[in-house]
Amino acid sequence: MTHAERPLGRSPDVRVLMSAADIARAVTRISYEILERNKGAGGLVLLGIPRRGVPLATRLAAQIGAVEAAVPVGSLDVTMYRDDLRLRPARGLEPTDIPLEGVDEQTVVLVDDVLYSGRTVKSALTALDDIGRPSSVQLAVLVDRGHRDLPIRPDFVGKNVPTSHDESVRVRLTETDGEDEVVLLREEG
Amino acid sequence: MQHLLSTADLDRDEIVAILDTAEEMSRLTDRAIKKLPTLRGRTVVNLFFEDSTRTRTSFELAAKRLSADVINFSAKGSSLSKGESLKDTALTLEAMGADAIVVRHSASGAAHRLANAGWVSARVINAGDGTHEHPTQALLDAYTMRSHLGDLEGRRVVLVGDVLHSRVARSNVHLLHRLGAQVSVVGPPTLMPVGVEQWPCRVSYDLDAEVAKADAITMLRVQAERMTASYFPSTREYARRYGLDAQRMDALPEHAIVLHPGPMNRGMEITAEVADSERSVIVEQVGNGVLVRMAVLYLLLGGLASPEEDR
Repeated sequence: MTHAERPLGRSPDVRVLMSAADIARAVTRISYEILERNKGAGGLVLLGIPRRGVPLATRLAAQIGAVEAAVPVGSLDVTMYRDDLRLRPARGLEPTDIPLEGVDEQTVVLVDDVLYSGRTVKSALTALDDIGRPSSVQLAVLVDRGHRDLPIRPDFVGKNVPTSHDESVRVRLTETDGEDEVVLLREEG
Repeated sequence: MQHLLSTADLDRDEIVAILDTAEEMSRLTDRAIKKLPTLRGRTVVNLFFEDSTRTRTSFELAAKRLSADVINFSAKGSSLSKGESLKDTALTLEAMGADAIVVRHSASGAAHRLANAGWVSARVINAGDGTHEHPTQALLDAYTMRSHLGDLEGRRVVLVGDVLHSRVARSNVHLLHRLGAQVSVVGPPTLMPVGVEQWPCRVSYDLDAEVAKADAITMLRVQAERMTASYFPSTREYARRYGLDAQRMDALPEHAIVLHPGPMNRGMEITAEVADSERSVIVEQVGNGVLVRMAVLYLLLGGLASPEEDR
């Protein structure tokens, strides 16, 4: 837990999984898949999970808006619902911003950057319970790295990446990190 | 942050973190189901040696919104009125497994003693100790000011009245100073504490000179119950020189807000007309108090149960 954040130098331990162009194509494809699965943009609400799910949700909403109709987009912070709160010092909260339309009887698409244990998604589902009752919930992630702890699967995936537990996937986005890139890091020791 | 004992202990980043967390709490509780599961299984004890309905209720509601279990120990009708010492009470609460103790006591320094004497492993939150500090009140005041005025850097805040007996004044001065506000305290010389000139604020005895530039004005309660001597000639005299009436309110800048920590003595430090006016954010302060206390409880209890557990 106490590993210092490693600078993203190009050591042999760093592998680029997705370039900016790859990310853009994945977002475009997922936006079409969402429309196809739901037969249009009607009744859709996109909720990004902070931090990097939020810019991804916004990008998906922009693509969907360009192709069909504008969809409400917001953010859903799951910090207060996490099951590992007691394992770490208290964290600051990220914004929760539910669109005015609410989620009742809507199709909510949760958006996150990396799907790993599935615990964040579980927390998000619990948090959604307190906000309203969507008619259905779907999950879109940029990277699925496997190793689920829970019976959760994504509906839309940018890229499936087989990983081992001692690796970590870093998604960097222009909005939060200044550039678009997904890299795989090997943790030491 | 392990305990919340005094605003003087908080640096700017910690204060901003609490206020930002409170802001997120406002969004989380602004919906049909206001309860969050975060502190499920934690026990918060309200230990009130002095009467206080609003602060105790506010802490109780804040803890319950976060799903903590709440136990109220108040002076009346408990062992506290039978002369049990702070130490014995503390040891009892420790044995019961309290995770946080919210304490109000008439003696300045009581919260500090409780936190540092080694009697309890619980987090301690000062809910008012004598005439010393009342940090959550200062936090909720700053939160209220920030929500109306934005960043408080360079803003002028005036605290008026019974500064001598006011833990709210002391806590506010330190906290607002850390946030970059220019603070003045105003009141009769008899109600200024010894050493007020060391506080990071200006001291004035002329309210009319201060109102014209104020962005926020907090009217302190005249604490008659703490007054052992006559500090001013009469209520009328006090109200005329240091009370906020409609005329003085009109002299405030357009955007300025009026605060009061409550409970108010209408007709003494504030007229009913001002208290009920659009400028007054007094009712808002009550709601913000719950949010700020939720933030404090979350930041103290939401993470590791105790620092020793840190790997």
